[in-house]
Amino acid sequence: MSVQTSEQIRKYVQPARVHRRIYTDPEIFELELQNIFGVAWLYLGHESQIKNSGDYFCTQMGRRPVVVVRDNDRNIKVIHNQCAHRGSMVVALPHGTTDEFRCCYHGWTYHLDGRLKAIPLQNGYPADFDPKNPRTAMTKVPRVVSYRGFIFASLATDGPSLEESLGHMKTSLDDMVDRAPDGEIEVAGGVFRHAYNGNWKIYLENLCDAAHPWFTHRSSIEAAQKQADNVFSDGSGEIAIRQMRQNGAPYSFWESQVGIWAYPNGHSYLGDYHDDSKLVAAMNDPVFRDYIAALEAKKGKQAAAKILQVRRWNSNIYPNLSMMSQFQQLRVIQPVAVNRTIVHTYNFKLRGAPDQMFINTISFANIVNGTGSLVLTDDLEIYNRITLGLSSEGAEWLEIGRGFETDVTEEQQGGRKGKNSTSEIYIRNMFDAWLGYMTNGASGSANSAHKGLS
Amino acid sequence: MSNGLQARPLASSIAKTADPAGHFNKEDCENFLVFEARLLDEARFDDWVALFLPDATYWVPSEPEQASPRDTVSLIYDDRRLLETRVRRLSSPRIYSQEPRSRTSRIVTNVTIEEQADGRCTLRSKFMMIEFRRDDQRIFGGTYRHHLVRAEDQIRIAMKRVDLVNCDMPLDGLVVPF
Repeated sequence: MSVQTSEQIRKYVQPARVHRRIYTDPEIFELELQNIFGVAWLYLGHESQIKNSGDYFCTQMGRRPVVVVRDNDRNIKVIHNQCAHRGSMVVALPHGTTDEFRCCYHGWTYHLDGRLKAIPLQNGYPADFDPKNPRTAMTKVPRVVSYRGFIFASLATDGPSLEESLGHMKTSLDDMVDRAPDGEIEVAGGVFRHAYNGNWKIYLENLCDAAHPWFTHRSSIEAAQKQADNVFSDGSGEIAIRQMRQNGAPYSFWESQVGIWAYPNGHSYLGDYHDDSKLVAAMNDPVFRDYIAALEAKKGKQAAAKILQVRRWNSNIYPNLSMMSQFQQLRVIQPVAVNRTIVHTYNFKLRGAPDQMFINTISFANIVNGTGSLVLTDDLEIYNRITLGLSSEGAEWLEIGRGFETDVTEEQQGGRKGKNSTSEIYIRNMFDAWLGYMTNGASGSANSAHKGLS
Repeated sequence: MSNGLQARPLASSIAKTADPAGHFNKEDCENFLVFEARLLDEARFDDWVALFLPDATYWVPSEPEQASPRDTVSLIYDDRRLLETRVRRLSSPRIYSQEPRSRTSRIVTNVTIEEQADGRCTLRSKFMMIEFRRDDQRIFGGTYRHHLVRAEDQIRIAMKRVDLVNCDMPLDGLVVPF
């Protein structure tokens, strides 16, 4: 396989446009797995998924299967799900509780932190065989950090710390947790796993795209607008329909009332979306009023007001996480192939919030992240069509120049903001980070030598 | 109507063989399920929704043995209001995820009446659905559970639950109801 040089990679990204090969070339995809997913801080899961020692879940870092486990000292460890003997996958269930990991091939058995515990027929191995040698352990992922319960890991030994890498985007993670009256959140309510035939970057690019709902989601917008409100609903359909109608807000709303912010290392958020009292989270909703009362009772009026002032829609933490605090949603993007991606979506329960809040969270998840959603299915169709379209060299370059000349600098933490909410600033910002990762090799930095892109 | 089915009152043939006391026999139930499958295969979604009672729900869980649609996400969970919206969207010319349209073929079998009383019954059956769209064919299979009610001499659905065998695997978008 010929390897793409940094020189070649740089040619694919120009100010305000990118080459289609970035989304279609298997060689570039392999390089992304190495230089981005093999280096960057990746979100793996939440501490509430492994509350006790011995609790584990399996996930992937790029395409590498790993086990996230709480060991006997209650530390969180991430180990490659691979036997040190012949490489077989050791842990076969998606999650569970155990006191050791055992390979079903030749019985090599490991401690929860991956160290070798026992092997049958030990006397048959060469004389220098040492069960204490790390080579006989399930390999550890070198860096694992939990930020307020959110578990991130990096396959790079060195590089920027998680907090450095997150920068201002820490506040989006804070927003997920601070909204809980009791100060704690937990994963609950099951998982959606939806898939599409397209590149992983397309998904992140759509999450902060304020210009598409009005068009892409036309069928569900119109169907919801025509829906009679006196037909029976147990509350779930009502939330779904309100969300679909909201997607039908006029372009003037999407242009001027939403707001798009971009931060270093590829992160971004679309904000202030719910400031229009059209959604369930709006201040005049009875459930939300009960919730505010619970929050104020625990945190005080002033602190509660400050927490609720953060009104973000999707926050993207490059390269594999997106979340939405108002309905406690979180998505993890899993690249499978250059033209295949799986997205796992989770819900969080706010400790101390009214029970109905979580029921609304589930209803919201069904319409926004559901595999059978009236909304998401049209997004998935677009991702598939992008892949079909990009298979042609008819148009080599893709435009990402919306707002290019009008974006403005934010005062805080290196941020920038689109003058209009439909600016593609967040896409250009992701490609800044992309170039940095792709051309810096394994140095673990998203800093692009190619400044001025966005 | 070319298919010869459209004009026929929905459940008249079923009602004819029914016990006047509202008893459900197996043949009635099988006929009903086959008829429902045909409506879906022929994309007669308005007629399909008309089978549901005004306070009915249609549910495709995301987990095997899922206990509730309230506290766990569902591939589809529609109360009557959302079901009407779903079906209205299916006939929209702007439903891009159905451009081109899917073609489906369903088989319903292993029908069992699990319990019945007072003009209501719980029905369990197995189904298989082939969906073809844009050079790709998918196969879905699993268990249907219908709560049926006799209303004004016709059979209506109070609740339909569809447990897909692969409900918890990564799935591409689901647009056509099961």
